[in-house]
Amino acid sequence: MRAGTVVKAAAHSVVRNLFAVRGRELPAPVAHGNVVAEARGLRVRLGGRDVLGGADGGVDLVVRAGEVLALVGPNGAGKSTLLAALAADLDPAVADGGVRIAGRPARNWSAPELALRRAVLPQAATLSFPFPVAEVVRMGRAPWAGTASEGEDDAAVAEAMEATEVGEFARRPFSALSGGERARVALARVLAQRAPLLLLDEPTAALDLRHQELVLRVCRARAAAGDAVVVVLHDLGLAAAHADRAAVLHEGRIVADGPPADVFDGQLLSRVYRQPVEVFPHPRTGTPLVVPMRTGRVRTVSGGHGAEGDR
Amino acid sequence: MTAAPTATTAPPDTSPPTATPKRQPQRRGSTWLLTAGLLGALLVLCLLSAGLGAYDIPLGDVLSSVRHRIGLGGAALERVPESVLWNVRLPRVVLALLVGASLGCAGALMQGVFGNPLAEPGVIGISSGAAVGAVASIALGLSFFGNWTVTACAFVSGLLTVLLVYAMSRSGGRTEVVTLILTGIAVNAFAGALIGLSIFFADNAQISQITFWQLGSLAQATWPKVLAVLPCALLGLAVAPFYARKLDLLALGERPARHLGVDVERLRVVLVLVVALLTAAAVAVAGIITFVGLLVPHLLRMANGPGHRFLVPGSALGGALVLVAGDLAARTVAAPAELPLGVLTALFGSPFFFWLLRRTRRRQGGWA
Repeated sequence: MRAGTVVKAAAHSVVRNLFAVRGRELPAPVAHGNVVAEARGLRVRLGGRDVLGGADGGVDLVVRAGEVLALVGPNGAGKSTLLAALAADLDPAVADGGVRIAGRPARNWSAPELALRRAVLPQAATLSFPFPVAEVVRMGRAPWAGTASEGEDDAAVAEAMEATEVGEFARRPFSALSGGERARVALARVLAQRAPLLLLDEPTAALDLRHQELVLRVCRARAAAGDAVVVVLHDLGLAAAHADRAAVLHEGRIVADGPPADVFDGQLLSRVYRQPVEVFPHPRTGTPLVVPMRTGRVRTVSGGHGAEGDR
Repeated sequence: MTAAPTATTAPPDTSPPTATPKRQPQRRGSTWLLTAGLLGALLVLCLLSAGLGAYDIPLGDVLSSVRHRIGLGGAALERVPESVLWNVRLPRVVLALLVGASLGCAGALMQGVFGNPLAEPGVIGISSGAAVGAVASIALGLSFFGNWTVTACAFVSGLLTVLLVYAMSRSGGRTEVVTLILTGIAVNAFAGALIGLSIFFADNAQISQITFWQLGSLAQATWPKVLAVLPCALLGLAVAPFYARKLDLLALGERPARHLGVDVERLRVVLVLVVALLTAAAVAVAGIITFVGLLVPHLLRMANGPGHRFLVPGSALGGALVLVAGDLAARTVAAPAELPLGVLTALFGSPFFFWLLRRTRRRQGGWA
């Protein structure tokens, strides 16, 4: 029996050496505040149109360890494109200028090396075959196969599932879940990857109030642990409450970049969103609240015919 | 099981693993059970298939003769049964194993690459594409590679067809069911026309040989034929399992797979080549045998989940099982006449395909 296990272990290590990805550099830890990723003079053209940057210059953005950076802006402002560029998803043919990840031009990393350095949550989570939830989350550990961190797989999966509250449907097939549940499973997979740079494209879009808060608390916790988190958000209130820094995008450019309290200015946001907004501090916490300017509805005091009261 | 609402501020490292890992041993156990079952059934069917037929050979004699040939005791049979066993039955059984394994494995790989459970070499026209090469090489009397000529031609035309189907049925990084099936119809129609054209130019002897391709059969099995497909089939079957994990990740989509470190372009190229290799090997010796690559992976997915680490080798085993059984039935059901194997698999496979289409449509709520 013991000889059997020894032979098995030996065979396992031989196989592992044969098929291990050679020359794969493991990521070095990054100190708080150091640059994890950056875009310099980034200009992206898709379908003959400037999606990011323009003839007179590109987009500059720095992502630091230990910080939650929110990308906000109206539809079509280029948030997802910027995120895709930071994820090294864009073809060099359409993206001009440099994106550096972990101190090296993004295109100089191989796909397996990049997978150890950044994790990406796509806008929509799809799956071609009905894998159970626990296996989907475990897919996030694939980049670490054959490395010394392989032993952390179970712990990383369990932690990610706990943080996103998906443990109760671990055995159900992904295809049987609701939209919000799928979104959380996809996030759990990304968390399980334990990459030092998290790029999340609208992680709160399909979620209810409670889980929106939960997701951003998870982002905060990851930042506190020393990771860099870039998150595309539509809800400016969420961004103001949870992000260390917010970058406001408008027509493919960053028009403001800084702490939410400085950046979320009523005039700027009104112009960018083409919708008058007002910004005021929360009465208790003081974080900025961003609310569209609304004319108060005229209410009929009695009768309760609210809809008729507007006339 | 989940954290209390008040305790979610940070995911604590020390949290005990919840219910998640418990499933693994159970799944692994059923995997081994299923594998053992498939292997056992395959062995029994091979022995049965070697013994049964127009000239029955008792099971004991089959075993004894096999032991004799591999030098483990036993004894040679009389001249006639020995010749029937070694020159007629066994090459046929081995060929059924190879062809079935190739088709089953090709089906599983193709469904993984396309991310679409309806992809299958027969349905999307790759089998007929490979048959065009085989038929043309017969009709034109080509022999530049000796024994391997038909296989080589089947491989080249099969490969071209895979590439064509792949290029035509993808848009925006994914393959929609409708596009894939319609592409298959178009490719099948075009391949049918080319095969018809070859028949038009062929003489009588060639025509009977060509008809064989269209129906699909193992009746012309010989050892040289086994040797002609062995390298292709073995190479394909040996390479395929190494891509199983990556196929799992590909189920997330191309970009997410790349984010997890998969070199998607390379994966696609390699697997398309492997599918062409396996399909060509099968078609070159057995003609067009459809639905094996559709039916087998599906049943296995239902039994043991969609993980490719079992599915890819399991589909090879299952395909071999189905084809050995099918060939045994084809030889014995209407004895002394023989049913074409391709007709038999299509007879059972088409209703299944129909059911699958209905189910997929229902799940998606229409074809959109």
